[in-house]
Amino acid sequence: MRTVPLTELAAVIRSKNAGPYELTLDIIFKREADYLFLKEAGFFTRELFARLYGIAPDQVLNVVYFDPAAAVKATLVRPLVSGALGDTDIYGAQQHAPLLALQVPSPGSGS
Amino acid sequence: MARHPYQVLSPTAILGYGFPEDSFRNGMDKKPDLIAVDAGSTDPGPYYLGSGKSFTNRLAVKRDLSFMLRAAVEASIPLIIGTAGGSGARPHVEWTLEIIEELARENGISFRMAVIHADIPQADVLDALARGRLRPLPPAPQITPGEIRSSTRIVAQMGAEPVIRALSLGCRIIVCGRCYDPVPFAAPPLLEGFDPGPAYHMGKILECAAIAATPGSGRDCVMGLLYEDCFELESLNAQRRFTRISTAAHTLYEKSDPYSLPGPGGMLDLRNTRFVALENGRVRVSGSRFIPAPTYSVKLEGVKPVGFRTISIAGIRDPVLIGQIEPVLDSICTEVEQGFGGAGRLLFHRYGQNAVMGALEPEKNVKPHEVGLVIEAVAPDQEQANALCAYARSTLLHYGYPDRISTAGNLALLYSPSDISCGEVFEFNIYHLMETDDPSAPFPIEVREVGR
Repeated sequence: MRTVPLTELAAVIRSKNAGPYELTLDIIFKREADYLFLKEAGFFTRELFARLYGIAPDQVLNVVYFDPAAAVKATLVRPLVSGALGDTDIYGAQQHAPLLALQVPSPGSGS
Repeated sequence: MARHPYQVLSPTAILGYGFPEDSFRNGMDKKPDLIAVDAGSTDPGPYYLGSGKSFTNRLAVKRDLSFMLRAAVEASIPLIIGTAGGSGARPHVEWTLEIIEELARENGISFRMAVIHADIPQADVLDALARGRLRPLPPAPQITPGEIRSSTRIVAQMGAEPVIRALSLGCRIIVCGRCYDPVPFAAPPLLEGFDPGPAYHMGKILECAAIAATPGSGRDCVMGLLYEDCFELESLNAQRRFTRISTAAHTLYEKSDPYSLPGPGGMLDLRNTRFVALENGRVRVSGSRFIPAPTYSVKLEGVKPVGFRTISIAGIRDPVLIGQIEPVLDSICTEVEQGFGGAGRLLFHRYGQNAVMGALEPEKNVKPHEVGLVIEAVAPDQEQANALCAYARSTLLHYGYPDRISTAGNLALLYSPSDISCGEVFEFNIYHLMETDDPSAPFPIEVREVGR
């Protein structure tokens, strides 16, 4: 099966704090069909996010498919609590970059 | 049941972020039943709660409030401000009250105002811990009495109940300490008998104002129209609209699970929520349910001091040094911290090399042609932090690393003075749920007659 960059299919890819202890990643798809294809394929998993961020799967708290927005979100335990000594991103707003390089399976001809 | 729709005007995402006057006037022309605004967040980090300072600017807050206050008094509708002063502890609330009283004098207006405090004494938190009524909100860790005692300031997020009490006391202007973000938008319609499911969900979207519209903006006005079993969202600026996707997508924002959103006293269940686009850039949202919890809990936020900080900013352009920068900085860190007697902590942030993502960075072996360096020293007092930073900066400036050929200095220092004292440093140490029998008891209300 051919793959395409996630950036081709997504309208929004972002990261943000969900409170000071959690980091949450949102992927919102342009087309519901692409979202549903990847949802049915079970593509987004704890293991995938763990691999992308180099963390243990138990540090990925959840992966949720949210149909009303054709969106997938994953929530990670923050390596450091927001603002703790050594924290590098108080708002958690620049932790999405590994998702920009992700290739995802695509069913069709891209029509 | 009150007449519906119950119209709630949300002028801006955070008090002090601003809004176009035209949008605000469009909103007032529609005769809203309430003006509500969120004024706080934990997102800017622990410093603001710890220091008692606001992360918003005083002039900007005064500008926003001047429109809202005059409009609310003139239209005889409530104005509710959530999480005053950014963090909602007593100094933040006092800061906001001073601005409001100044505006009342300058504009010659008078009103009955409620001030609802959200500070929780350490003794109450210790008591809750001892009685098994305090639990961490995962992944926050378990807490000890010593950790609670080290906290500078603790606030709890109030639910709608204390705000409803303040409204019942005839108060039009309500200034809340730390508050669940949707509460200023939801409490008045709840008092009038509206269903808490749509009321809280509408509040959750309105607290960010036009961020949920498209194009999104944190500084523009929107209207929420609440009905018995649903709500609608309307932009007050013709250049924005709500779409099904923009609204649904916002439900994800800053939350770990979009299907169930916990708050004081219960959970907002969005599993059966439907988003439907209407004409004229409006969206209707239905099916949101509020499920009360068996025991009422409020979320506590607390911070503790961890020392004082001094930083120095420099650039490094020498490829010989950049090629071995990690071992060089590691050895300097060890040498300087030990030389300083272990009283402080030294951190190096190398912008251009994993400084943004740190441990989460997948591309660890990048070799840039220049590196932005922030030297950070944290020590028990400002003098020691200054000394530690200076010691690290001067050591690094003249450090003789292997194969060095540029012997004049290793840093392009950005400023003179090169070192910047940043003041006290705080960390979050309480993020816990505390059970309470009476949802209003932790939140004392003070009634003030302003301008009379």
